[in-house]
Amino acid sequence: MSTALIIEQLLNGLQFGVMLFLMAAGLTLIFGVMGLINLAHGSLYMIGAFACAVVAAATGSFWLGLAASLVAAAAAGALVELAVIRRLYDRDHLDQVLATFALILIFSEGARWVFGSFPLYLDIPPVLQGAVSLLGGAHYQLYRLAIIGVGIVVAAGLYLLISRTRLGMRIRAGQSDREMIAALGVDIGTLYTVVFALGAALAGLAGALVGALQSVQVGMGEPVLILAFVVIVIGGIGSVKGALVGAILVGVVDTLGRFLLPKLFAIFLGPAEGATTGAAVASMLIYIVMALILAFRPKGLFAANT
Amino acid sequence: MTAGAMNRETLFNTVLAVLLLVLPLAAVAIGEPFYVTLATRMAILALAAVGLNLALGLGGLVSFGHAAFFGIGGYVAGIFASHAFNQEPMLFGFEGSDQMPVIWLSAMLVSALVAVPIGAISLRTSGVYFIMITLAFAQMIYYFAISWPAYGGEDGLSILTRNAFPGLNTAQPISFFLICYGLLMAGLLLFWFVRNSRFGAALQAARQNEARVAAVGIAPFRIRLAAFAMSAAITGVAGALFADLNRFASPSMLSWQMSGELIVLIVLGGTARLFGPVAGAILFVLFEFALGGLTERWQLFLGLILLGVVLFARGGLIGLFAGKARHG
Repeated sequence: MSTALIIEQLLNGLQFGVMLFLMAAGLTLIFGVMGLINLAHGSLYMIGAFACAVVAAATGSFWLGLAASLVAAAAAGALVELAVIRRLYDRDHLDQVLATFALILIFSEGARWVFGSFPLYLDIPPVLQGAVSLLGGAHYQLYRLAIIGVGIVVAAGLYLLISRTRLGMRIRAGQSDREMIAALGVDIGTLYTVVFALGAALAGLAGALVGALQSVQVGMGEPVLILAFVVIVIGGIGSVKGALVGAILVGVVDTLGRFLLPKLFAIFLGPAEGATTGAAVASMLIYIVMALILAFRPKGLFAANT
Repeated sequence: MTAGAMNRETLFNTVLAVLLLVLPLAAVAIGEPFYVTLATRMAILALAAVGLNLALGLGGLVSFGHAAFFGIGGYVAGIFASHAFNQEPMLFGFEGSDQMPVIWLSAMLVSALVAVPIGAISLRTSGVYFIMITLAFAQMIYYFAISWPAYGGEDGLSILTRNAFPGLNTAQPISFFLICYGLLMAGLLLFWFVRNSRFGAALQAARQNEARVAAVGIAPFRIRLAAFAMSAAITGVAGALFADLNRFASPSMLSWQMSGELIVLIVLGGTARLFGPVAGAILFVLFEFALGGLTERWQLFLGLILLGVVLFARGGLIGLFAGKARHG
């Protein structure tokens, strides 16, 4: 096992983590500010991917597709917030789960109706095709590196947005006391719509970026959504910093686990048996990590004070 | 709650119980065995939801991971049957079994044993955390099932001949229906019994006000854990029946959609109501059948109906017929 291979897997883990962060950041903001659990976040991810694939196919430009994914997901998010989500803030979590579960059914079947059951494919833009050489002679896909870069930019941007701008101030105020900032004259309804649309845009961006690595199809959002839940549970619901740490942790642990555990088990159980056992254990690894973290810190690593 | 509403709910429950029994018998009489299968599906899903209703309705524990126990029950039925069929020992020389009572007891036991550690970790948290963590654990078991090749992996596990019940020919749809109906009634009896017991009172009190329950010297955690395990056991039996109905233990029984559907059944029927799961399962299977016959896109309409129920018709079907629930 060479160092180059390990570095490659580490970067894969990082890229996966960054993608999870884009999903988890929106979820955790929405929960932190509005106290809402949104299962339909995976549908917004899917909408972003479809918008990107359709626009890229029509115009031939990945970048226009990427812009379309942001616009489409943010618009869908704002629309859903105004039509449905708004009525759920005062309800209990069971109602929120059910209504957003219903939204998943509607979005998934709707997408299948419009786009059919066959996956769409999205090409990596020419500028980002190919590989780069890293230290130690490793080669790595440029596009995946670019995704990591996008993640860093988004994380920094969110940090600046939340800590340095008026909108961020309102978001933080909303997290600590919703009634109070409404009483101080902030238009809380608009703030909610903006936060929801922002989270949706991030999910859409993640969907579009991943769409070029995998295929774009109905149902692509929910496995990612559930992993994003694991991320924010680990990080502490409501905390963007927690979402970042949790996402990188989950991404790296999952990727390295799938790579290393089969080899590790092969030492003890022999190659064939070891590979299957290792793969089965690796598929459960992040959930075991989640259970361990919760056993010691039931509110996650960076619990926000909500 | 007024006496009138009580009577209306009892009447409604009786009508549901009788209809669910009589319609399949009538279907056999007129030679339409397909409807017997439909009714069997209703009874099994209702039983699974009765299990969840114990945790969700009485205890207020919104488990989004009950598909785990439904699937575990299914896999117990599949694994036992395949070992018995191939006559290969599984653990400690035990050769599996194709006897339903053995399978049911094992499905309950295994589901409850898995539910205890999951519950012990999840119940340290509450609210949204609980929802997400139960979902995550169910997903863990799902991924384990599809990546573990010994029992079918992604392909699932077929049950070649339906498991046996002493004195009945389970290959006959109506006999198998009667078994499922009997178990559903037993599950409802257990739910009723628990709801009216001291244990049930403590469980419901813990949902309404945890601090007060703790103040009178009852530890909510242990009560909830017991309820969670009991709830898992009932859902596990339903899973074993479901696998026998389809002669197939499928990984989709473990999927998050299944967990969602179980919650939907309860809420469509009426949360925490005794017959809520029954009404919900009948409604759900009818939707699936009627809308599924009209359009391939029936899930779209199910989503719209569900959204309408959540936003505008809280209390579900029973709430519609028998008035508001006494939440307690």
